[in-house]
Amino acid sequence: MSVQYPLVHVTASESLAPRLTFGEQVVKFIRTKPLGAAGALVVLGMLFVAVFAAALTRYDPYQGDYSLQFARPSAEHWLGTDEFGRDLLTRIMYGARIALFVGFTASFSGCTLGALLGVLSAYWGGKVDLLLERLMDILLAFPQLILALAIASILGPAVQNVVVAIAIPVIPRVARVVRATALSVKEHQYVEAVQALGASRRRVVLRHIIPNIMAPYLIMLTAQLGAAILAEAALSYLGLGTAEPTPSWGLMLSGSASSYAEKAPWIALFPGIAISLGVFGFNLFGDSLRDALDPKLRRG
Amino acid sequence: MRIYLAKRILLIVPTMLGVASLVFVIMRVIPGDVALLILGGDQAGNIDREQLTAMHRQLGLDQPWLVQYGTWLWGLLRFDFGNSLWTGQPVVQELLIRLPLSLELAFLATGVSVLIAIPLGMLAAARQDTWVDYVVRVVSIGGLAIPSFWVGILVILLLVIYFGWGPPLEFTPPWVDPWANFQQMVWPVITVGYRYAAVTTRMTRSTVLEVLREDYIRTAWAKGLAERVIVIRHALKNAMLPVITLIGTEFAFLIGGLVVTETVFTLNGVGRFVVDAVAHRDYPVVQALVFVIALGFVIVNLLIDLTYAWFDPRIRYR
Repeated sequence: MSVQYPLVHVTASESLAPRLTFGEQVVKFIRTKPLGAAGALVVLGMLFVAVFAAALTRYDPYQGDYSLQFARPSAEHWLGTDEFGRDLLTRIMYGARIALFVGFTASFSGCTLGALLGVLSAYWGGKVDLLLERLMDILLAFPQLILALAIASILGPAVQNVVVAIAIPVIPRVARVVRATALSVKEHQYVEAVQALGASRRRVVLRHIIPNIMAPYLIMLTAQLGAAILAEAALSYLGLGTAEPTPSWGLMLSGSASSYAEKAPWIALFPGIAISLGVFGFNLFGDSLRDALDPKLRRG
Repeated sequence: MRIYLAKRILLIVPTMLGVASLVFVIMRVIPGDVALLILGGDQAGNIDREQLTAMHRQLGLDQPWLVQYGTWLWGLLRFDFGNSLWTGQPVVQELLIRLPLSLELAFLATGVSVLIAIPLGMLAAARQDTWVDYVVRVVSIGGLAIPSFWVGILVILLLVIYFGWGPPLEFTPPWVDPWANFQQMVWPVITVGYRYAAVTTRMTRSTVLEVLREDYIRTAWAKGLAERVIVIRHALKNAMLPVITLIGTEFAFLIGGLVVTETVFTLNGVGRFVVDAVAHRDYPVVQALVFVIALGFVIVNLLIDLTYAWFDPRIRYR
């Protein structure tokens, strides 16, 4: 009685012909957007390293071995060791966790808050808009790095405080763009028509405004990801981000690294390459995403 | 136009008042006591209470916040930023010592990178999806990805190791010795400028790409105009608006770039001054610097908005 139809599914999907399999889609993406694919590869690699850091290395990122201070890159320590004899590659791999955590949380919270304020400003208009706009003016004019610096000094050096310090300056920038987009959506005739049909304010915002600002929101989110990773590095470099012994890429380049750089240039070299490569990957990926989401830039 | 200008200038007042208040509050909220730092101790136990109170009185920090706030605002109206709590010198004087260096760095970095970036962006757009485009894009995305402080570290490392060069400690203004000034500024300018050039190149490329798809460009091609004329005379001018806006918003990043670059190259400029002042809890200095930088940002952006009409005569201000 047990009749099996193992091929039913395959034939069914084959009859819907032009649909590409996942593999074919990947190949198409690599063909048409080689730079974007390279970026995606870097991002995936970084995620992989961050998740499996503990399995990929047998060294401890915090525990140094003083007999191994400033060891040159070798088969044992591929990228050499730092002034405490800690394996540099291990610290860079664990550093990917910090970079990704700060990058994702700071850009997500900053962009989302900014987008919400932008929609609020555009849709409610009137006094709310006027007030929010002035507030955004103030935050925009306030020098970004000094704001982050001050927030970091108030909250103290810890990874989650760095997130706050980086996220706040993002808010007004995103709010501006989203407000402008939402305002132009609001002026569209179909929105007027929907309102005339008796749609509630909530419905208009949720069903019509929000979907329309998703593209600029996503574009800014990916752009901010790289920027947030850089900001964390800069803050840590200035000694206001994460604190020792956190394996933050920026921190690894600060103070001691540059003073030992002559003796052990690898200390100053590899963390910088890690930052550059990571941000580079996110930017390439974000660029292709923007090209794909913005029909004006599509070639054709 | 006049009404628009008056409106914009009037709006500067609440913005700057907001900035002045925000920086005042932030500085008071930051933990740490200047008086303690000046007396040279972090542990309150080691310091004579009376000495501390005397220091507070001397610095004017014994007064209630509201009074201090009033003094700060009243001083602003008279362009008097008070004295540094650390050196006792007027803040304006301290600022004037450091301003020429930072201004030179900022102007050179902006100028050089705009001069390089706009032609490069145009070229990449005109040759979209060719190797020229790919090279320009990779180099410019690199400029966004490579932290400027790391570029600075590498430059110093190379110069120190291979050329035995150490960064000079004293700033030589260009009007004293242009060559010495050039030697001192060329690397910091490259460090700051790379990022600036990268951002501007990308923006130029994408806006020129958009404009090149417009109907009037097709008309220009149909008329048989040369590519150079089309790209430079027809496309570029219309593509410049977003690029100019960007130069304004990047002003904020420029300040960040100055802070980091001046720290790396141990240059005695405004950027490093502000970081030190925050660390020292030197309230009047931080307040004054934030105010001046924010005012610069607001004015630069106002000027940029006003240049729109020049680039695009269709724009009328209301």
